[in-house]
Amino acid sequence: METNLLSIIIFAPLAGAAINWFLGRRLRNERFIGIVACGSVAVSTIVAFYLAFNSHGALRTEEPLFDHIWTWLSVGDFHADFALAMDRLSGTYALFITFVGFLIHVFAVGYMHGEDGFYRFFAFLNLFMFSMLTLVLGDNFVLMFVGWEGVGLCSYLLIGYYVDQKQAGDAAKKAFITNRIGDWGFVLGIMLTYFLTGSVSFFAHPAAGEGAKTALSFFKTVPVDPFTAGAIVAGGATSIAVLLFIGAAGKSAQIPLYVWLPDAMAGPTPVSALIHAATMVTAGVYMIVRCSEIFVHAPAAMFIVAIIGAATALFAATIGLAQNDIKKVLAYSTISQLGYMFLACGVGAFIAAIFHVITHAFFKALLFLGSGSVIHGMHHEQDMRKMGGLRKYMPVTFVTMCTGWLAISGIPIFAGFFSKDEILWKTWSAAGLGSFSKVLWGIGAVTALLTAIYMTRMMVMTFFGKERFHGEHAHGEHHKPHESPWLMTLPLIVLAVLSTVGGFIGVPYALANRDINVIEHTLEPAVAHVPSLAATDHTDEHSEINEERLLALVSVTIAFIGLGIGWAVFNRRPLLEMPRILENKYYVDEIYDATLIHPIESVSRQGLWKIVDVGVIDGALHALGDAVKEIGRLGRYLQAGFVRGYAAIILAGALILIGLFAWFGFPR
Amino acid sequence: MEPQLSWYLALSAVLFTIGVTGVIIKRNIIAMFMCIELMLNAVNLTFVAFASFFQDVTGQLFVFIVMTVAAAEAAVGLGIIIAIFRNRETLDVDEASILKL
Repeated sequence: METNLLSIIIFAPLAGAAINWFLGRRLRNERFIGIVACGSVAVSTIVAFYLAFNSHGALRTEEPLFDHIWTWLSVGDFHADFALAMDRLSGTYALFITFVGFLIHVFAVGYMHGEDGFYRFFAFLNLFMFSMLTLVLGDNFVLMFVGWEGVGLCSYLLIGYYVDQKQAGDAAKKAFITNRIGDWGFVLGIMLTYFLTGSVSFFAHPAAGEGAKTALSFFKTVPVDPFTAGAIVAGGATSIAVLLFIGAAGKSAQIPLYVWLPDAMAGPTPVSALIHAATMVTAGVYMIVRCSEIFVHAPAAMFIVAIIGAATALFAATIGLAQNDIKKVLAYSTISQLGYMFLACGVGAFIAAIFHVITHAFFKALLFLGSGSVIHGMHHEQDMRKMGGLRKYMPVTFVTMCTGWLAISGIPIFAGFFSKDEILWKTWSAAGLGSFSKVLWGIGAVTALLTAIYMTRMMVMTFFGKERFHGEHAHGEHHKPHESPWLMTLPLIVLAVLSTVGGFIGVPYALANRDINVIEHTLEPAVAHVPSLAATDHTDEHSEINEERLLALVSVTIAFIGLGIGWAVFNRRPLLEMPRILENKYYVDEIYDATLIHPIESVSRQGLWKIVDVGVIDGALHALGDAVKEIGRLGRYLQAGFVRGYAAIILAGALILIGLFAWFGFPR
Repeated sequence: MEPQLSWYLALSAVLFTIGVTGVIIKRNIIAMFMCIELMLNAVNLTFVAFASFFQDVTGQLFVFIVMTVAAAEAAVGLGIIIAIFRNRETLDVDEASILKL
């Protein structure tokens, strides 16, 4: 169905960005800028909810909503229009992006109060919303890539928001360049898709007639690629899937491209919440689920995705255990949770991945905003070793963050429990992987344990125990921590409620004994199914239900054990020294420096600069200039200024000409 | 003995060569100027000689054009010579080897 309302979702934030950039910078009125920024996102939110839930909304019908805005690229057979489409998957994404985005915008108005670049911040933030919604709602790969690059740009601009800090600029560059490596894979994947299928569209547009080919429907007609390493370079579905996954790994911070995300915490905290936790970093998951049709035809790629996801989850969780910066803990936690989502994608549980994306958006945005509130209350102190006992000073932040803590740890009834349990169960029961699925489940379970431990550590170090922030101010004037204004606590409260009840949209049959798994029913038509998985996916098999219940019990036990360990260890010794290797992030940055960045830098400096640029390019130019100069120096002798000399030269010229004619004859 | 075409051409060549030699070796501007006129007239002589030989009036017409141009050139040239003499108080061309004074 065509509806022009879709374009409002993306263009409202764009208009907000333009107004703030051009008008806001002149007015410098925080109230005006804040209202424009939040208002434009609110418009998007309202329209998105209306389009998703009205009587023939995107989440209620099978057919997507379309909005063809303009014909963009049309070259021969190649068509990529600036057209939006909202199906069940992109609709779900649009809902939580706009809603969580709106809450974070409101929070940011409070958090950024008094900042010099207030207008700039909100212009970029709105531009980010535009890009993210374009990414999600774009109806073809190329438009998706535009949004993909747009969010990368906004991420760069916002990480480097504090332009007077070198560290922020470096982090911004690091994020941008690391993402560029991923984008390389994504672009190649798009090209290969077009090469193979002759289309870049996701959906068969009704205007194009029945049976119009799309980039995804093509794969329904081909057999599944063999599960071999050779398939990766064969140029079929597996190659596409691996290339797309490289793109996803860059954007969603998976091994080996995760290194930018912890550094990205140099940006303002609302940015970390919006871009580097709730929305942008889940774009990789969105892309993989959108292309699930390709991935289910590429078991080798799925296997890679699952392994990378599981490895990232465990790896990041162990690092998160030893960080002392409150935002760094959350950053590694985000990487770890993204690893879960990719693990889910890798075992074919695409719906579970999206479910976790949504719940993660709620509780991670909450935790980040909570940490922002703490940082705000502590007068820009981020080191947890200098906090402690804050629950007395910041009760609202404390209570709301507790729900986030319990949610991410996987305590039942909180949102994170259902999604994480779903992923673990789907991993355990993944059919295609044999006993290896049990190994993956084991990694996931250990990660869950670590998650509970490091989150408890963070909460204990921040909110419990002795106050460690006194005596820091030498000038005697104690800045007591204070609760944040309502503009900041209100979004926290809303997100806390969502983190608590948000999981109920995906309660599995095994736990509820009733079929109330809304998210699964909603997304079922939008994702592809692993052929081998679909055959065994009977929820009514009794033994399987019991197995699922048992595993749920196991993961609950794990969560409580994690909380217990965390509490027992860190409540007594909140400043416990963690292993040096974890605190230094396994020296991955140093290894990258030594093996990649330093060699590239020296090749560029010694080879490309000193030899190619200075020697060859500049050398050629200088040689040309010198030659001209030399010819001029010699030619100058002809221009002595003596008239008789000129006359002699003319005569000589004439004689030479006549001599030539005489010698060779007159040309006819 | 009837005068042949080659006689005129030989005379013209001699006059032209004298003119060229004069331009190159003379230092006096007036003398150089006269040598240029000599060269022009040597060319005029070939024109009329050929015109008579081929019984074609075009050659005669060219001579008129050359004379007109030569007259205009003489006026301009003499003007420049006077200007140079006023500025430098000499007619030696080698003294006028730079544009600036």
